[in-house]
Amino acid sequence: MSIDRQTARHIAHLARIRVAEEELDHLAGQLSGILTWIEQLQEVDVEGVEPMAAVNPMPLPMRADEVTDGGIREAILANAPDARAGFFTVPKVVE
Amino acid sequence: MSGLTGLTLVEARDGLRRGDFTAVELAGAFNDAIAAAGALNAVVHPTPDRAIEMARAADARLAAGDAPDLCGIPLGIKDIFCTEGVPTQAGSRILSGFRPPYESTVTRKLWDQGAVMLGKLNMDEFAMGSSNETSCHGPAVSPWRARGSDAPLTPGGSSGGSAAAVAAGLCVAATGTDTGGSIRQPAAFTGIVGLKPTYGRCSRWGIVAFASSLDQAGPMTRTVRDAAVMLRAMAGHDPRDSTSADIPVPDFEAALTGDIRGRRIGIPREYRVDGMPAEIEALWQRGAEMLRDAGAEVVEVSLPHTRHALPVYYVLAPAEASSNLARYDGVRYGHRARLAAGEGINDLYEKTRAEGFGAEVRRRVMIGTYVLSAGFYDAYYRRAQRVRSLIRRDFDQVFAAGIDAILTPATPSAAFSLGALTDADPIRMYLNDVFTVTANLAGLPGIAVPAALDSQGLPLALQLIGRPWDEAGILAIADQIERAAGFVARPDRWW
Repeated sequence: MSIDRQTARHIAHLARIRVAEEELDHLAGQLSGILTWIEQLQEVDVEGVEPMAAVNPMPLPMRADEVTDGGIREAILANAPDARAGFFTVPKVVE
Repeated sequence: MSGLTGLTLVEARDGLRRGDFTAVELAGAFNDAIAAAGALNAVVHPTPDRAIEMARAADARLAAGDAPDLCGIPLGIKDIFCTEGVPTQAGSRILSGFRPPYESTVTRKLWDQGAVMLGKLNMDEFAMGSSNETSCHGPAVSPWRARGSDAPLTPGGSSGGSAAAVAAGLCVAATGTDTGGSIRQPAAFTGIVGLKPTYGRCSRWGIVAFASSLDQAGPMTRTVRDAAVMLRAMAGHDPRDSTSADIPVPDFEAALTGDIRGRRIGIPREYRVDGMPAEIEALWQRGAEMLRDAGAEVVEVSLPHTRHALPVYYVLAPAEASSNLARYDGVRYGHRARLAAGEGINDLYEKTRAEGFGAEVRRRVMIGTYVLSAGFYDAYYRRAQRVRSLIRRDFDQVFAAGIDAILTPATPSAAFSLGALTDADPIRMYLNDVFTVTANLAGLPGIAVPAALDSQGLPLALQLIGRPWDEAGILAIADQIERAAGFVARPDRWW
């Protein structure tokens, strides 16, 4: 799979990582190289094989439906780069 | 390395219990060793005061006769484990300044048993790397040097700081994590023991996530026996990790009986890769002979899907990483980019992540984003999950045929120079994990045990891969290799 400049720009946007225009060609080349290497998986016969998401066949455990945590607003906000009046802040998103 | 800092975990445990020295003396010796080892760049957040404070508490427990195995043992902690109030950065600029308000389950268990924290250890950024060179702190440096050379060598990665610290005598033992080989490859490069447990053996709660279906924590130690003792202290069910197994933790040390007669050891023919150095091939054969001499039966086996394991890994791990690393958005913790007038929320995300992530992490997040994107999900991600099933099935069939453990080389080479692969095709770095990554994909326990020095005087290791939950089995066999190989070499101090 060959990734062109436009596709590299699109992937970077989907990943929410800014990439400068002058770096796009280099990035496209590296992504193409990795994806071409991965293409060898197309040779494998996977007919009838179930995809594996988890190695240990375990049912997802359920716990009692009760409150076990909370009341720790200060701890949660302690690492925020910008917290004000008990809230995280973000740039204005609604006009 | 000598005196107190040269002790194994078991020697330190027994010495503390006998009263030969105190936990405070032991911690002080390691604090001094760390302070004098800046050239290794292994410890990125030292915690000497906390170490002495924890050692005092351990001495009180020892005096009271309430001393679990780890009581008073000074440990280094890979900087991927959240430690309450202590910087936890996972080698990334994006977590600069982050101090977790909670403790990871594995480290909490260690502290509950009286272990002493010396500091947090260098690593590749978010555990993505095989040379420790993607760390925002710069690479940890191996204490080993090739004979007649002073070129700095990689301690491996991603747990490179852990490996360098244990090999150089900056801690008795260290924690590591292993997603594709990140405990076993650095252990192999530095002549120490590294054990990746069965997936689900140790809780992942509070460990900065890379690829959640593959990540496992494990011990990095000077000896196999030390690994057995430390694994027992780290392992166990945790309701806060839904993938943590609710099964009993055996006494792994008790499994080291020195008797492996009748065990069946598989030699997988597909692990003979092109360009493998003759020294590694010879070591592998010698390892088989050691086990045969100890009364094990060595047979050739086939794991036919082995060669697809690395490409499967480089679909699944980036896919999971792209999802896990979505949380680094500049809002709740860590680095946040400065915005210009008029810039909005997407600019905040994109600039923060461009500034906060290094090149390898950016690349893997983008690969993961691509293989999960509409139109490519089935061709890449689903297909890789199916091939993963086949890789696991290969192992299941071998174990069903009566094989107890599989013997392979741990790495395709000895440690390489820092910078040797920096500008190379990223895939060349990925090939470091060719022998280790299958155990992650199949969820199996694997251990690297040092077995020889190469012609340059650098450590080489063998790997054993075991049945699910049979860490005891591979520890017992690794113990036999350790005895037979008699590997006692330590790096000469230059730092």
